[in-house]
Amino acid sequence: MPNRREFLNTLMRGGILAALGLLSVSLVLRSRDKNSCSNGFACSSCGKSQGCSLPAALEARQTVWQLDPSKCIQCGRCATNCVMTPSAVKCTHAYAMCGYCDLCGGYLKPGTKTLDTAAEHQLCPTNALKRKFIEDPFFEYTVDEQLCIGCGKCVKGCSAFGNGSLQLQVRHDRCKNCNECSIARSCPSQAFSRVPANKPSLLKSFGKESLEEAGRKGELNA
Amino acid sequence: MRRIKSIPAKGLKTPAGTTARTFILTFFSVLFSTAMAVRRFPKPEFETNYIQPSTQIPVPRAELLAYLDVFVLLVSLSIVTWLILKKRSRLWVFAMSVFSLAYFGFYREGCVCSIGAIQNVSLALFDNTFVLPLSVLLFFILPLVFTAFFGRTFCAAVCPFGAMQDFFAFKPQALSSRLNTVLGILPYLYLGLAVLFAATGTDFIICRYDPFVGIFRFNASFGMFLFSGILLLSGVFIARPYCRFLCPYGVLLNWTSRFSRRHLTITPKECIQCRLCEHSCPYDAIEVPVTSKSPESRPVRVRKMMILTVFVPFIVLVFGYAGSRMQDTLAGVDSRVKLAKEVMALSGKQDAGYGMQDAGYKMQDDSYEIKAYKASGKTESQVYSEASAVVKKFYIGGWLFGGFIGLAIALMIGGRIMPVYRTDYVTSKGRCFSCLRCVDYCPVKS
Repeated sequence: MPNRREFLNTLMRGGILAALGLLSVSLVLRSRDKNSCSNGFACSSCGKSQGCSLPAALEARQTVWQLDPSKCIQCGRCATNCVMTPSAVKCTHAYAMCGYCDLCGGYLKPGTKTLDTAAEHQLCPTNALKRKFIEDPFFEYTVDEQLCIGCGKCVKGCSAFGNGSLQLQVRHDRCKNCNECSIARSCPSQAFSRVPANKPSLLKSFGKESLEEAGRKGELNA
Repeated sequence: MRRIKSIPAKGLKTPAGTTARTFILTFFSVLFSTAMAVRRFPKPEFETNYIQPSTQIPVPRAELLAYLDVFVLLVSLSIVTWLILKKRSRLWVFAMSVFSLAYFGFYREGCVCSIGAIQNVSLALFDNTFVLPLSVLLFFILPLVFTAFFGRTFCAAVCPFGAMQDFFAFKPQALSSRLNTVLGILPYLYLGLAVLFAATGTDFIICRYDPFVGIFRFNASFGMFLFSGILLLSGVFIARPYCRFLCPYGVLLNWTSRFSRRHLTITPKECIQCRLCEHSCPYDAIEVPVTSKSPESRPVRVRKMMILTVFVPFIVLVFGYAGSRMQDTLAGVDSRVKLAKEVMALSGKQDAGYGMQDAGYKMQDDSYEIKAYKASGKTESQVYSEASAVVKKFYIGGWLFGGFIGLAIALMIGGRIMPVYRTDYVTSKGRCFSCLRCVDYCPVKS
């Protein structure tokens, strides 16, 4: 009796271990063939379109959440649905795209007559977007990350009336990289996706122009 | 006063200067275009020596650190296993659980965790586009492998959730074996739903309703804080309520542990039937000797076995059918199906042919979902076909989910009606968390 029980135990244990082994091997191999290269994003480690080496494939598998500003409709849920308060999504300014306008659609409420820094003229509810005179007629706009709550009001104004240089981005110094991003779940336009950790930004740009440079610089600075 | 006056009554009727005129023009132009990255205003040519600041992009946590987590997991699993099986010291196991709570809990903030990894693995199995990081796979596999050899040492002091609840088990009350069995169904339900929703790409419910992550981050909604508060406080009387009656990973560990090669024993040598350990387990995981009932005769056992072989498939099928009938309810959680419902309501159709007829869906005319759908340029039929694919998945998933629950219930009933016979006090290999509390009560020392 004990012998038979022990034998069955061993058999079951072997089965469980074999199943686990099979599972992991199939998942690892699958990533090597497909995931790291052809699906969703290009495998940045090797640059080839298919069949990269296993270590490179494994390296490229760490992912982080990011939102694609070109899909974003600025519904404002980033500010409210993040597990963090305030949200890990904040406005990022792609200076290279900015027109440095005096009448900034992202800074001023529509219909504002006097273009000044009066609180009641500002679109930003937390005074996180700062305006600084550079030279006639240009003004520089900077985002104070400590104050920004990621509501996207300025982004909406900027993309509707301006160049779209103000963009919402997940800030990875704040993001907890939740297993399932709680904003992604409620994002109406499915703008959130997992991106490779070594290319964490999805800032849009005018084609090739300078933004990649800006991004690279930013990475160096960060 | 002056400032208030300067705000025009309505809209953009009073443009100021040339920039404002451009502003108006662009305002109308955006009404007809949805293209985002448009350079409406040229790049300024500065005359002063203004240097354009560069855009700051914070880098995420280094990839290497994910493997550090795996390394810490491996090392702490090994240490805890050694402490449990060789050193048999409750105090050291407690110390390890403090470390795990500090590292995996408060430092790593409960993420990555083995419990949540179930969902990543299920999604990766069914969705080719999902990238499963190797570290997450290892977090899923390693505790199971350790459990297959040494029992649930992961639960003892590596899992931060378990460690946290363990501290609260001040006045554990014994639950009746019946209540334990009935509540023991809940983890199966939770596991089944978690895998179903993860595999269909709908939701990660384990993470969504994780009661402890909010505590680790000091940041959660009021509802979640309330839930975790209730859970922890009830843990004073019902020890480790999450581990025993909710944890979906616990189901896998339970079944793996039943076939483990070695397992913690209450006594290092022979049990002397002193009964000192009888009430020492806060988790009702000690099986008392059953000697009063003599083992049933062979024909009776064979008859019971035959009834079970008919009963188990029957109950699996019944539950599977019930699960498949729940497809509408289950699929209704999915955002793609929700969108199809809204679009259907918007177009005024009764049945869009994606498998659901929900004419009474309350439509919010200008919901963000509809706005995003209009902006995305998707056609109606695309939305419906996406939804119908999801509903189909939920039909199959419903069968499997129901069948799984049926199997769990059938096995539980089977386990209760089959005769037991044992002479010693032993730990239930499936339910024991190897916390070593019982060991301190045993007078036999090696």
